[in-house]
This record gives sequence, C-alpha cells and structure tokens, in this order.
Amino acid sequence: MTLTAVTRYLPLLLLALLWEAATRIGLVSPLVLPPFSDVIVAWVDLARGGELLTNGLSSLYRTFSGLGLAIVVGSVAGFFMAWSPTVQSLLQPVVRLFYPMPKSALIPVLALWLGFGDKSKIALIFLGCLLPVILSAFNGARGTEQALMWSARSMGASRLRVLLDVMVPTALPELLSGIRIALAYSFILLVSSELVAARSGLGFLVGMLGEGGVYNAMFAGVLTIAALGFAADRLFLMLSNRVLRWRE
Amino acid sequence: MAGVEATARARAGASPRIFEVRLAGAVRGLVPYTVITVILLAWELFAHSGLVTPFMLPPIEAVAQMVWLDIATGSLFVNLGATLYRTFVGFGIAAVGGIAIGLLMANSRIVNWLLDPVVSAGFPMPKIAFLPVFILWFGLYDLSKIILIIVNAVFPVIIATTSGLRAVEREFVWSARSMGASERRVRWEIVLPAALPQILTGLQVALPISLIVAIVSEIIMAGDGLGGAMIASARYLQSPAVFAGIVEIAFTGFLVIKAMEIIRARALAWHTEATHTVVL
Repeated sequence: MTLTAVTRYLPLLLLALLWEAATRIGLVSPLVLPPFSDVIVAWVDLARGGELLTNGLSSLYRTFSGLGLAIVVGSVAGFFMAWSPTVQSLLQPVVRLFYPMPKSALIPVLALWLGFGDKSKIALIFLGCLLPVILSAFNGARGTEQALMWSARSMGASRLRVLLDVMVPTALPELLSGIRIALAYSFILLVSSELVAARSGLGFLVGMLGEGGVYNAMFAGVLTIAALGFAADRLFLMLSNRVLRWRE
Repeated sequence: MAGVEATARARAGASPRIFEVRLAGAVRGLVPYTVITVILLAWELFAHSGLVTPFMLPPIEAVAQMVWLDIATGSLFVNLGATLYRTFVGFGIAAVGGIAIGLLMANSRIVNWLLDPVVSAGFPMPKIAFLPVFILWFGLYDLSKIILIIVNAVFPVIIATTSGLRAVEREFVWSARSMGASERRVRWEIVLPAALPQILTGLQVALPISLIVAIVSEIIMAGDGLGGAMIASARYLQSPAVFAGIVEIAFTGFLVIKAMEIIRARALAWHTEATHTVVL
C-alpha cells in the first residue's frame, strides 16, 4: 500500500529534484525560480513568523463560511425546486440568468459594498458556489424514480416526508459531486479576491511578497495555497465516499 | 375578452379543454420573463428609493447609458475582442494539448505513470495562485494571461479525455479489429468518436474556466479587456461603469456558454444524446 503510493507519487518527487537541480547548476536564474530548498526554508520562516498561520486562518475562515452558506442555501433551494413546480418556475429563470456569468466580475462591486474585509470575500464565495450546488441538488433530486415516490406516498408518507426520505438520499451522490466543484470554485474565488482587494489572507500575502520581490517566500505561499486546495479536495472525496458507503 | 377567446379558439381549431391547457402553457411560459422583470423593477425601485446612494447602486438607466456609450465609442468591442482573444487562444491550446496528453496517457504506461500524479494533484489545485509567479516569468501582457488560462483549462480536458477513452466499450474495438481495421483506423474512427461526448463535457467545463481566468487576470493586472476596463472604472469610482462592466461580462459569459452548447450539438448530431434534451 505504502509502496504503491510511493511509486505512484514518485514523479512529483522527481519534479522537485529537477527543480532543485535546474536552479543549482545555473540552468535557471534564481531570480526567476528560487531553488526548491530555498523555498522550503522560506516556508519554515513564514510559518515561524506566524504570517502563514494568521493569513491561512483568515483565508480558511472565508472559504468555509462562504462555501458552508452556499451548501445550506443551495441544497435547500435545489431540493425545493425539484419538489415543487411552482418553486422551480420561480427560481429557474434566476438560475439561468446568473449561471453563465463569471462571478469574479463581482469582485469590485462587492468590495465597494462590503469593504475590503471578510464580508466581501464570503459573499463572493457564497455567490460563486451557490449555483453549482443548486443545480446538482436539483438535477439529483429530479432523477428520483417516480415509482419510488409513488410507493412512499401510497404507504402514507406526506409530501415533505417523500422529499426528506426519498428525494434527498437519491440526490446525494450528485449533490456531493456538485459540492466538490463548488469547493474548487471557492478556492479560485478566494485567491482572486484576496489578490485584488484584501488586507489579509494567503492570496494577499502572496501578492504582497511578489510585489516586494521576495520570491522564495512568494513561491512558498503559492505552494501552500496549492497544497491547501489539494488537501481540501482529497478530504472531501474521502468524506463523500464515507457518506455514500450505503450505496453498493 | 370573450370574443378574443372565441377567435383564438376558432383559430386553434381546438376544443375549450385544449385551449385551457394551451393557455396554462402560455402563462407558464411567461413566468421566467415576469421573474426577471420583477428583479429589474426591484433594482430600479431600490436605486431610486433613497435607501442607497447612486454610487452604491446606480439605477438601470445610468448603467444602460454606460453600456450604450461603450458600444457607441467602440470601446466595448475593443475590450471584448481582447478578452475573447485571450480566452479562445488559451482555451484552444488547452483543448488540443489536453486531448493530446490524454491520448498519450491512455496509450502509454510510462507517460501515464509520469503524468498521472501531476494531473491528479494539479486538477484540484487553485492554479490562479500561480498568477504572481506568471507575472514574474511572463510579464503583465497577453502571454502571462494566456498561459494562466492554459494551466487552468488543461486539467479538466485531460481528465475528461483519459476517462472517456477508458470507458470506450471493448466490443467496439474488438469487432473493428476482427474486421481488419488497422490500429490507426481503430483509434481515429472508433475510440475517439466513442469518447467524444465525455471529451466535449471536459471542454464545456474548460471554456467557462478560461473566461473566468481571463477576467480575473485582467482585473488583477489591469490594462485592456473587459476585466481591465471594469477595474479601471472602479479605481476612478465610476460605479455606473463598474455595473456596466458586470452586465457586459455576464453577457459575454452567456454567449460563450451558448456557443459551446451549439458546438456540442453539432459534433454529436449522430449520437443518441442529440435526441434527448439536456436540462440546464
């Protein structure tokens, strides 16, 4: 198990070694690409200085507040759209209207309305993650077999019970894959909004270090964001496999 | 009123019952427009209510005037052209490169071993974080933006291609081979078309990503393009122009997504999917 994991991820290690070698033998100027080992040292310095922790925490707080809100509101809206034709006909045009819009276009307006702090980032992430969650909850719940709903109804379940006990569990796999997409969006929107208008957060840290020309620390910050995004995705996959274990 | 109904009924040549059903259908058809009208009305009323300053929420007519000004002076087309150029050059390279890499990974064990960890680690990463790095390497102009778009858009294409190729039914390949098709023909005439729906899904994911990254990189690096024009207006605190930018960007997003849907329908006209309507 561990051995296969090692052979599987060996190319990543090779990549890191190649990076180190190319910079050490002078193939690439250290001004353009600092050696990997220097980046690690810079990372340790950032971590010791506490910048990584405070900015990381504020980034994570923004991501998970925005994403959490979007999951709650989006799945409720999506399920109700699938459950009631009235709700569907009211919400569908709104979804259609806002779905194709690149949400990053809202960064300046949200900064204007809500300032440069947490609120504008949380609102952006919420809006960006909302539509994928609504659509996956809606499409998942709509795929529920009619026969299942009819039998639940004929066995005396109320319409609300059918929603909770039949439609929600059937929709779960699709909803979870929608949330996974939303998770990826949340990191993209977080970093872009922090790069544009922020006073804290990992995106802000990376932008500031880049402008200041402290490139090994900047690379350390970039790799931290990338690793966080990757880890969040892997954790979510593990979690959703657990949740879906009942489905053989 | 009754007269109108009667003529409509006569024209439809249908029983009253069918007419009612049609009327209900027409009413339901009007709901989306009503909802959108209500949203716009709420915006207009709220903007004029005095609860917000015109700076925070400019009225629709001010925003429409800005959009019209952008059209009349031609600056909309210049910026739209710059944004679409970056989006489609980046997307095109990512599409061709991603499909090629996916094909190589599906056909060669060594390539797969080398690239699989890179792809599976790279796919969920927020690659927009590399923006400061790319500014350092490739400057502030088209090159860094296009490369950032490629890096963001290529992963969904690779993943869709490899999983699409793996899902091709073996029976197709075996029967083509047994009928004497060469490996080359099997690849081009059997495997690729069979994987096409999934590859196109990958492209449909990659195209909006390309546009999002184009807009974000323009916002951050400033300059021309729809995102650059919007952030310039924001710096000068011209809020109607900022809202006009949002409207223009939203419309561009709509066009891009529609164009991709049409391409998909064309490319898959032979597929069973074409007869099923895809929902939203």
